[in-house]
Amino acid sequence: MLRIVLAEDAVLLRAGLVELLTRGGHEVRAAVGDADALARAVDAERPDVVITDVRMPPGFRDEGLRAALELRARHDRLPVLVLSQYVATAYATQLLGGGSAPGGPGGVAGLGYLLKDRVGEVAEFLDALCRVAGGGTVIDPEVVRVLLVQQTRGRPLSRLTPREREVLALMAQGLNNQAIAHRLTVTEASVVKHSGNIFMKLELDPAEGNRRVLAVLAHLRGEGSPGRTDADT
Amino acid sequence: MSGEAISGDAVSGDAVSGDAVSGEQPAKPLPPGEPADPQVTLWTALRHRPPPRFLLSPLPPRAYCFLLSGAFLGLPVLLVLALLIAAGLLLSVLGAGLVLLTGAALLGVPVARIERRRLRLVEPVVLPDPHRAMRVRDAGVRVWVRIRLRERATWRELGYAVLLGVVFAPAGIGVTLLLALAGILVATPVLVWALAPEPVMVLPGQAIPDPLAAVPFSAAGVVGFVVVAYLAGLLAGAQVKTAWFLLAPREEPLSRRVLELTRSRVRLADAFEAERRRIERDLHDGAQQQLVALTMTLGLAELELGDGSPAAAALLARGRGEARHALEQLRELVRGIHPRVLTDHGVAAAVTEVALRHPVPVAVDIDLPRRLPDAVETTAYFTVTEALANAARHSGASHVTVVGRLERERLRLVITDDGCGGADPDAGTGLSGLADRLAILRGRLVVSSPVGGPTELRVEVPCAA
Repeated sequence: MLRIVLAEDAVLLRAGLVELLTRGGHEVRAAVGDADALARAVDAERPDVVITDVRMPPGFRDEGLRAALELRARHDRLPVLVLSQYVATAYATQLLGGGSAPGGPGGVAGLGYLLKDRVGEVAEFLDALCRVAGGGTVIDPEVVRVLLVQQTRGRPLSRLTPREREVLALMAQGLNNQAIAHRLTVTEASVVKHSGNIFMKLELDPAEGNRRVLAVLAHLRGEGSPGRTDADT
Repeated sequence: MSGEAISGDAVSGDAVSGDAVSGEQPAKPLPPGEPADPQVTLWTALRHRPPPRFLLSPLPPRAYCFLLSGAFLGLPVLLVLALLIAAGLLLSVLGAGLVLLTGAALLGVPVARIERRRLRLVEPVVLPDPHRAMRVRDAGVRVWVRIRLRERATWRELGYAVLLGVVFAPAGIGVTLLLALAGILVATPVLVWALAPEPVMVLPGQAIPDPLAAVPFSAAGVVGFVVVAYLAGLLAGAQVKTAWFLLAPREEPLSRRVLELTRSRVRLADAFEAERRRIERDLHDGAQQQLVALTMTLGLAELELGDGSPAAAALLARGRGEARHALEQLRELVRGIHPRVLTDHGVAAAVTEVALRHPVPVAVDIDLPRRLPDAVETTAYFTVTEALANAARHSGASHVTVVGRLERERLRLVITDDGCGGADPDAGTGLSGLADRLAILRGRLVVSSPVGGPTELRVEVPCAA
């Protein structure tokens, strides 16, 4: 059971999420509607994990995201799952920016970035939440897909088979080999084989856990990428 | 095809050739704008027609009529004005004085109305009414008076009424007297003959002995007629000029109207932009949230159902899939209207986002020191997306670069592709539509697309902070 603080300004979604999380066996300690209230609730409740919408009052821009980053700086490695109405690699970069710089605020441990749509797949959503709370990193498959599309043009990634790309996308969601095997209904051994191929083709060191996600992400966002997303700061 | 340029400059004179002169449709309209004043018909005739033709035209008699009737109008007006003011000042201790003074101030209005009609005696140009169209009956006396007193035209008309009484009426009387004198001189021989043996004296003390001796006086009278005709022409022309100056609606200088039009165009564009944002926000906060909530409910239902009924579970999963599909479509729609990431992160991030989804590799190098005004950001963004869409659709490019910098308070964007070129700004609405959007911001779009490529779009938008 996780103790959760939830920030979502749309009442309908907030109520729905509370219901969903409660049914999932978790405890929602506070459900708030703006970034300031989120900070206060986190200070008061010391939750295991924070779920926040990117866009929140008063500005309806990225208040939720910035509040999450501040909270992580204040509360050491507070796990945060950020929900977004749409995929913007800019958000992902903003959120995970600390990860690429060693010694950034808490690294990417316990960070998640998911499209709001994912909450419909209740079991997987709760699963992702648990991974984030446990210090894992979860990146929305859509972000990975966008980055993949960009990377597949005349790059090593284009040599990946469709199955290998599936495995790569799931890796980016922080799943371990066993979970990937379960998700794709294949044997764990074949996942190991696929991931070995992936790392070989991308010329990456095989790594475990978050470092594996990071390696994939760093490569996807990596040097020489035509669509660098850090131009906006 | 190379070097085709569309440039939109917000201030272009031909945008305002349509006319705003209100009122009746004149046969020969008074052109707006002061530099090309129309010529006074009388003066033109005086100057350009040979004297016999001028003298025999209907113009001199018309001028006499005009001046004499002016005197008949001007002197009573002056009298009434003086009485109103005097009585108004005397009675100003009582409330009634104010009413009389107001009446004096408004006296010019009916006088000017008569004058505008009377001017047609000598001048075919019709003067439009400078006042705001309004009837006393509809507006009520108080409102009418208040509005008229606030109009500058009212005070100009009062000035004209005073001038009419003080200058033109006496001048008119003078011309009439001279005309009479000339008539008498011409008729001297007849008078001498008719009144004989009574002595007739034109010059004091010198009686004219017989009709023949009076012939020189006749000649002087004819000369007098000519002089008076020209004098009347000059005088009536001067009055026409004065009337044009004081009684016509004042046209705002063209540049001011252009400025106003430009401003209204910007306001219009801003309004459209605000509307797009509102629609985006409504979709975002309304429909999208509802759909997310729906998928969530369906997901919960699936969870509740467990393995109980595979058929129902399949239906629920299908419903959830359909809801997700709707969400994706909605997201695409919102992106086309006004992307969130543009609002949140600015041009560079938004363009990068588009580049990531683009079928052709796009290198984005946009480096701006700060956020730009909303209108500039939106226009820049849609310019780039249109250019990218063109590159993907028509050019067969394999690589596109987008470079953006802020230099001397101007956003400069250069979009280059290595495709086959030959882009025609006049074909299709895409590029010219962009030029229009840019023109509103006083921006420019230059398209260089020689056949064989490469295609280069240069965009410049001023963005004062």
